[in-house]
Amino acid sequence: MIAELGHYALMLAFGLALIQGSMPIVGARSDDPTLLSVAAPAALAQFVFVALSFGALAACYVTSDFSVLNVYENSNSAMPLMYRLTSIWGNHEGSMMLWVFILALFGALVAAFGGNLPVKLKANALAVQAWIAAAFQLFILTTSNPFLRIADAPLEGRDLNPILQDPGLAFHPPLLYLGYVGFSIAFSFAIAALLEGRIDAAWARWVRPWVLGAWMCLTLGIAGGSYWAYYELGWGGYWFWDPVENASLMPWLAGTALLHSAVVMEKRGALKVWTILLAILAFSLSLIGTFLVRSGVLTSVHVFATDPRRGIFILAILVAFIGGALVLYAWRAPLLKQGGLFAPISREGALVLNNLFLTCACATVFIGTLYPLALEALTGAKISVGPPFFNATFGPLFVPLLLAMPFGPLLGWKRGDLLGAAQRLTAGAFIAAVAIAAAFALQHGGPVLAPFGVGLALFVMVGALTDLAERTMIVRVPLGAALRRAAGLPRSAWGGAVAHFGIGVTLLGIVVVTAWGAERIAALKPGDTIELAHYRLSFDGLFNRPGPNYRDVVGRFTVRRTNGDELGVMEPSRRTFPARNMATTEAALMRRGVSQLYLSLGDPAPDGTVPVRLYFKPLVLLIWLGAVIMFVGGGLSLSDRRLRIGAPRPAKLPAALQAAE
Amino acid sequence: MTRKRRRLVLIGGALGVLAIAVALMLNAFRDSIVFFNSPSDVAEKRIAAGTRMRLGGLVKAGSLVRGDDLKIRFDVTDGNREIAVAYQGVLPDLFREGQGVVAEGALDGSGLFTADTILAKHDETYMPREVADALKKSGHWKDDYGPRAAMPAAGGGK
Repeated sequence: MIAELGHYALMLAFGLALIQGSMPIVGARSDDPTLLSVAAPAALAQFVFVALSFGALAACYVTSDFSVLNVYENSNSAMPLMYRLTSIWGNHEGSMMLWVFILALFGALVAAFGGNLPVKLKANALAVQAWIAAAFQLFILTTSNPFLRIADAPLEGRDLNPILQDPGLAFHPPLLYLGYVGFSIAFSFAIAALLEGRIDAAWARWVRPWVLGAWMCLTLGIAGGSYWAYYELGWGGYWFWDPVENASLMPWLAGTALLHSAVVMEKRGALKVWTILLAILAFSLSLIGTFLVRSGVLTSVHVFATDPRRGIFILAILVAFIGGALVLYAWRAPLLKQGGLFAPISREGALVLNNLFLTCACATVFIGTLYPLALEALTGAKISVGPPFFNATFGPLFVPLLLAMPFGPLLGWKRGDLLGAAQRLTAGAFIAAVAIAAAFALQHGGPVLAPFGVGLALFVMVGALTDLAERTMIVRVPLGAALRRAAGLPRSAWGGAVAHFGIGVTLLGIVVVTAWGAERIAALKPGDTIELAHYRLSFDGLFNRPGPNYRDVVGRFTVRRTNGDELGVMEPSRRTFPARNMATTEAALMRRGVSQLYLSLGDPAPDGTVPVRLYFKPLVLLIWLGAVIMFVGGGLSLSDRRLRIGAPRPAKLPAALQAAE
Repeated sequence: MTRKRRRLVLIGGALGVLAIAVALMLNAFRDSIVFFNSPSDVAEKRIAAGTRMRLGGLVKAGSLVRGDDLKIRFDVTDGNREIAVAYQGVLPDLFREGQGVVAEGALDGSGLFTADTILAKHDETYMPREVADALKKSGHWKDDYGPRAAMPAAGGGK
């Protein structure tokens, strides 16, 4: 019964989305306030029904109703409640439901809290949002219905794919979707502005919080996925340039560019047309990411869809929205007025440079990801474009970007003083030079470029601190005055500096772990020891340990320093899931500061030896810590008073007296 | 600077960065692309020893030999031809005889394929798509290799 209610609620939501997508547009064309006012309540009602539908699916999972095909295929009553809930999005149908749920949620938020938006812009944006929602709801209803029943309900479900049964997976897909779908708001506002044919600096102020929020979620989602791959796949890699990872990286790059160009638009009224294009591109790349991941054109753990109709349907959505948006852009963008002159050496100029490098880096990822697909479709040749390609293209494009990054915030708007900025960065350059020299002196036989990487990371970090020091004048005025200045700084200034610092932290982690990480692979018998980078591990033996829906074969290792101090035990395991007759590797991690020892087991051989991989990963945690710092920076910026209050209203309206919160 | 010159500087900068990106990409495409081949392809194309490639097919049943120090040898077959593969290291979780596999490495002079990477499968029904296509081409594809094959008849709701 619950499943049928959910199905019915989704159909009603689809009907509401059609209304929400058509009436406000007509209203905006004909200046009809009644039709315009349909948008907000329709968006709220659509959300209510989508939420009911999603809740119904969740209820089927929680109660383990195996008469629902989707639940039977992806859940098991022995699974803990948390994994029964995460199974909802551990499959194609459910993940599409999550996508539609977040889309409706954001639409409802715009409807509920967009009180200070111009009426037409809000109505048009909600209408565009409804087109996207309607397209995906139709997709679910026609090709991916999660509420289908089985005639003879089985007693037990087939279980969730074991490598997805992990806390990391509980939060990774929702965060990514919050990011992807968050860009849909920027997209809807961009289309609404194009439909209206006018745009101003306030547009950037309305859109920026959404972009910022989406970017924060995407940052954390990508970092979470990367950490999950690192500890769950058992070979200690944190980024594989896998098409599925690239699919999430591309919207992140475009979104980062959008975040920066929106600043220029908001502050100086320049780059309007470009910002609109980036808003369209960021969401288009999110759609392409969804298509790549869900359509089955790529083979990976994320591919749930095997039905070719689904791929064609998503492709049609893709072509309609991206193609339509770009055509509209080509037609209407010339109407938008250009504004704000600036010299090439200025804050605006620096942000343009940032945008250039980010979009070019995004383009290289795009081509590297899609070229194999295009080549196979055209010639039938099967190729793989792996890490060497991306390291040779993405890396060199990011180095100048990172070198220029500390300069940007130190340049003035309109006309900047490059020499002055360089002087202020002397401290950063000095620290970087010392770090490079120290790294060369300390390393024996590592890669030549690595010390320069360390130097660059420190330059970026000190550069971000320099920005703060300059703004608070901490070097020039007494401490008390500097602290008062610090408290008075806009939160967005803090946010920018903190996020830039986070980039440096991540870079430091990547460079150090790539250059100085160590690895040993060995076949061990109980009693054997293995040594790596000042650590000695002795293998005590294997034992069995049962779990709720799996059993573990655990290897017990005692970890000591080479000088004999005992540090603890590590217990990596091989986990077998009987429901799917499948095994996973559960790596054991031991944290040493921000470095880690990483140990994973292979299949025990018949003679009793166990293959083990032992890695020493110096500073590896900085990679994800940096992402968390970026997230915090985004949050600080999001809490800026300016964004919460929004654009001031024209003084004539009485409502101008009350804040829009 | 006039408005026109400023715009020229901007456009020039943009084209410069774009040119760098294109040059980097073309260069990388020349060096770092790896082709996928089945054992039959390898025989047909007479691929030179030392060329990096991906080899895909089924692990031939009964061919797996484990040596010391995690050395492993097995044969990859597409039903028509076989190639011996040598690998040293820990095998992925779902490496089994009779199952699909993709190995990355190069042939040596004697026709032995030395792999440095064995790609993992993600679940028990998953077959690397390249391998599935190669098997279909050689006429040795069986329907029960595909996903959903393990689903009981009662589950045929769609």
